[in-house]
Amino acid sequence: MTHVFLGMPAAGQGNLHASEPFPQAAHHELGNTQLRANLRHATHTIRDKRLKVVGELPDWEELRDAGEAIKNFSMATLEQRLEEFERNFTAAGGTIHWARDAAEANEIVTALIREQQVAEVVKVKSMATQEIGLNEHLEAQGIDAYETDLAELIVQLGHDKPSHILVPAIHRNRTEVRDIFLREMPEVDPELTDDPPRLAEAARRHLRKKFLTAKVAISGANFALADTGTLGVVESEGNGRMCLTLPETLITVMGIEKVLPSWRDLEVFMQLLPRSSTGERMNPYSSLWTGVTPGDGPQNVHLILLDNGRTRALSDRVARSALNCIRCSACMNVCPVYERTGGHAYGSTYPGPIGAILSPLLTGIEAEENNSLPYASSLCGACYEACPVKINIPEILVHLRAEDVDSRRGQARLPSQMDLLMKGGSWALGSGKHLGLLEKALPLGQLAAGRRKKIKKLPGIAAGWTASRDIPAPPSKSFRDQWNAEKRSQ
Amino acid sequence: MRAKEEILGRIRCALGDGPIPAEIPRAYRTGSLLPDDEVIELLVDRLVDYKAGVLVLDAAQAPQAVAEILHAARTVVYPQGLDTQLLGALPETVELIADGRQRQLSVAELDQADAVITSSAVSIAESGTIILDGSADQGRRAISLVPDHHLCVVPASTIVQLLPEAMERLTITRPLTWISGPSATSDIELERVEGVHGPRTLDVLILRDA
Ligand code: SF4
Repeated sequence: MTHVFLGMPAAGQGNLHASEPFPQAAHHELGNTQLRANLRHATHTIRDKRLKVVGELPDWEELRDAGEAIKNFSMATLEQRLEEFERNFTAAGGTIHWARDAAEANEIVTALIREQQVAEVVKVKSMATQEIGLNEHLEAQGIDAYETDLAELIVQLGHDKPSHILVPAIHRNRTEVRDIFLREMPEVDPELTDDPPRLAEAARRHLRKKFLTAKVAISGANFALADTGTLGVVESEGNGRMCLTLPETLITVMGIEKVLPSWRDLEVFMQLLPRSSTGERMNPYSSLWTGVTPGDGPQNVHLILLDNGRTRALSDRVARSALNCIRCSACMNVCPVYERTGGHAYGSTYPGPIGAILSPLLTGIEAEENNSLPYASSLCGACYEACPVKINIPEILVHLRAEDVDSRRGQARLPSQMDLLMKGGSWALGSGKHLGLLEKALPLGQLAAGRRKKIKKLPGIAAGWTASRDIPAPPSKSFRDQWNAEKRSQ
Repeated sequence: MRAKEEILGRIRCALGDGPIPAEIPRAYRTGSLLPDDEVIELLVDRLVDYKAGVLVLDAAQAPQAVAEILHAARTVVYPQGLDTQLLGALPETVELIADGRQRQLSVAELDQADAVITSSAVSIAESGTIILDGSADQGRRAISLVPDHHLCVVPASTIVQLLPEAMERLTITRPLTWISGPSATSDIELERVEGVHGPRTLDVLILRDA
């Protein structure tokens, strides 16, 4: 069939792909001991803070139940919610644009900036614009986009990639940050120390003039409230308020899944989000705006509603709850795999447990190396327990693994090592005689292990196991042999 | 228009299995049980934790407290609808500039000001959150953002314990700013540092009703 009918969910593009298989990428990252020390410190600190503030609320579980149900409701009625939102936001003087994919969104943003005849914009941290690669696109168009979130600034000045959705520079310690600032900020005090308050002050000075003179700002949004047409951004530093308040033109890029049915739902999410993400009772600043307010803030207000694979994820009935994610990052902070590999190993904008399901859902499991992501988990379930909207990440991981296997079954190929191993295994375990025969070879294993009684390298795919650990030599006698000898002697 | 129709079409197609939205359980707390003075205490505790300066006073003592907090400022901005009695005890050395419909200060002027004083709409004790809604006594968003020192007045009658109680009192379509302490960042090794781009000093005056 060559005809694609209107409305077929399509795959997302942009920064959503692992560029190498997860095990390979993880292997490089694991070699970076500084990164691992930074990550361990950071994830543990934030985990403890989260537990403390979550423990303060006697109704935390009830809030989670409500959060989950509200999101499910939004997804089940997404078309109506979006139309309702558009009506209200437009009635309040805002303009809505729809973007099917990353390229379309980037073009819309570029055109809106061009209309204002400026060559630079300020930006407040946004996952959606990271996902669509907006900064790279603008750069190619000759437009400078200044990241204003401290962590994003560190990443941008360090010519680096974010590694955590909440604290994108979590992989950098204070000394590294100071070195980046000394190298990249022309006006900076050469005596700058690595004291965090001094570093924050340097960032303030660096960006102040930009904020006060910017004509155009670009933001993401944490929520859109359908019944009032309101958008919300949750932040800490005040860079969000600067971007959302001072420029004449505000362009927001938001995924279509961010819409909540009612303004009242904010009472649930404003309790769930800050406590789950930064482990604070409330983040320092939140801003809400409904279209344009005459005499207050930007008068030229745009919102780009982005699909980019979201409808594709929505079509998977087992996994669509992945779209309920409010990007709090609690799941990555509790994840034993993330803690060791860091965010870069996941390749995509979305790292950690949520990234391992969301990236392949948005792009399709066959896309580049994303089929390795659902395996980046021990299925321990810590993410599910931490998730404020109760996304059953382990269940979706298993579902996607099955989908990966299915998608590869279709491809004609030689039997893999795994297939052969499984076949061998079923032969060996299928009968006591077969097993007995194999056990006779045990002394061979001892020989392979040598005097140190350790096997350091297994052949074939089993090498994956010995890449990061030794295995002890097999015993000279099998359990079954010992058992029989014991019985005979009685 | 095509993109919109196509995306909505994709959504219809994706939801072809017809998921039925379930009832939303709202069993979380929506009404406070604490007596008023304990609610105020809770708010103070939270704000102090965020490193805000906090005073709880009778309304009559307010002008004196404002004068003490702002005595060193050269220029102070206030929204036109603010109760000017609050400013009554400020020394003459402090230049007072009103911002409002008649005269909107430029960003550069706001940047020159040492401090801003505003009122507030609703405060949530449990999370230590003060909400400004752009009413005449709070002004447009820029004035409470650009000056480096924000003195915020919180009438005791506007304090509630829980977030859902605050929602009932808010008009959500007004431009809202929720403030929980001075600006802060934890972006460097997750160590909290107060004071980045927003006002680096936040003082809160909680006024018991006269
Ligand atoms: S999946 Fe859940 S825990 Fe992870 S970022 Fe999303 S909302 Fe937070």
